[in-house]
Amino acid sequence: MTKDTKIEVPAVEGFFTIEEETHLIGGRFKKSGSFCFPKSLGGSDPDFPEDEIEEVLLSRVGKIWSYTNSAYPPPPPFIAAEPYVPIVIAAVELEEEKMVIIGQVVNGYSVEDLSVGMPVEVKVGTLYEDSEYRYLTWMWKPLFEEQKQDKN
Amino acid sequence: MEDIAILGVGMHPWGKWGRNFVEYGTVAARKALDDAQLEWSEIGFISGAITVRCGYPGYVAGSTMARALGFNGTQVASSYAACASGATALSVARGQILSGACDVALVVGADTTPDGFLAPNDGIRTDDTDWLRFHMVGATNPVYFGLHARRRMEMYGATQEDFALVKVKNSKHAVFNENARFNKEYALEDISASPVVSDPLRLLEICTTSDGGAAVVVSSLDYAKSLGVDNPVRISAIALNTPTYPDPLIDLPYLATDSSANTVPNEIGFKESIGEHVYEEAGIGPEDVDVAEVYDLASSMELDWYEQLGFCQLGEAESLLRDGSTSIGGRIPVNPSGGLGAFGEAVPAQAIAQVCELNWQLAQQAGKRQVKDARIGITANQGLFGHGSSVLLRR
Repeated sequence: MTKDTKIEVPAVEGFFTIEEETHLIGGRFKKSGSFCFPKSLGGSDPDFPEDEIEEVLLSRVGKIWSYTNSAYPPPPPFIAAEPYVPIVIAAVELEEEKMVIIGQVVNGYSVEDLSVGMPVEVKVGTLYEDSEYRYLTWMWKPLFEEQKQDKN
Repeated sequence: MEDIAILGVGMHPWGKWGRNFVEYGTVAARKALDDAQLEWSEIGFISGAITVRCGYPGYVAGSTMARALGFNGTQVASSYAACASGATALSVARGQILSGACDVALVVGADTTPDGFLAPNDGIRTDDTDWLRFHMVGATNPVYFGLHARRRMEMYGATQEDFALVKVKNSKHAVFNENARFNKEYALEDISASPVVSDPLRLLEICTTSDGGAAVVVSSLDYAKSLGVDNPVRISAIALNTPTYPDPLIDLPYLATDSSANTVPNEIGFKESIGEHVYEEAGIGPEDVDVAEVYDLASSMELDWYEQLGFCQLGEAESLLRDGSTSIGGRIPVNPSGGLGAFGEAVPAQAIAQVCELNWQLAQQAGKRQVKDARIGITANQGLFGHGSSVLLRR
């Protein structure tokens, strides 16, 4: 990310941490052991009534379940860049949590670069900006084989 | 549960008319009353399907339609379930009839839609997942259709040509439908020349937003008999399912699926459960169905429905399409009306419009798009936030 004097803030609080090894913030149901994202808006297991949710950091790495793009600028409340560059979106499966989470793919990738099953990690990226702030959201970044080996 | 009778149906043609939705609803209601040969004063209950776009939620649809037809003290209810609103309104009417609260009811839905993508209402709502998916991700409805279409390609080897062929088929059906917005027959080349909206789906494969209205007059079988209608098209079952936790499939408007970390998902998925419900309630199986109207927001979704409604096994939808089984004249014609691809979405009207089409099919009144000897028909639909809907009709 380019460095300037802009202050980086999440577009909406409470969805992810802002750090190099960023994480999505989810919920974990104490009794059922099930997860949800976002932490306060997930469905609950009817077999575990009145289960409590604790905040947890979700797995950073997952695999692409499917992917697409939006060739046309989405309408508000999305704030589209001008000129608009088509956003790419991936639905990513987290192995431990056994759930699929959607998010934009970081800038610079097109659908041709992606495939189902491709490993990705969660990052933060710019959703939109004004003169003072850069508003961030979570984004998926492809992890190529060599990087994966580095991590191992 | 006992069947109810369809006495009449009516539609206002779909289009981009830009007029007040009340006008479309009134036209559709009057046509349905004429078709039933009943006066508005004879209706015991009016059930309205609500739109959220046209001012104070559809002016609370049932009462606004009643006022347009002339307030006369009739009983009224209004239902909102997004795209499943029409089926919900029909179900409310069925409940009134089968409980004996009324003999005959009018169900009506109409909408005037803006151009472009459907989007949340104005305002900032960080606790509304429908608002969040647009703001934080840019996930429009076609984005979700694209995700599932790509997944279908990956899982079952579907191709972009398969998706285009759905549109080709449905456009051929729509040529004979005066209520459809698009009556043009499209060739494969037309579709592949249209721009990609959400990869792998193209503009001509994604349903647009339309103005339109649809209405149905329904009654008890005894009341139908008292009018001399001995063999009406009947509604044998209605499904209004929610999903079952954990639902492992990503669906709009959510940012994530449920987690299956500690619970195994139900063997029968959400969409499959919608058809299962009406089959069970009607005591029949998918092999008995002669014709279907399914919710093809995108052409790829129609293929999913073939499997979800049990017309074929998983992964076989493309062959069912390609061998002509789902065209008029085939084994199980799907979307003989032309489907949403030819109509566009007029949200509170569309589940009712599906019932209108199947009524015409089963009454052998569908003209050049008639499915020969159709006796059993099924609709499938789905409303935002987990509202399944299906109606089973037979004669």
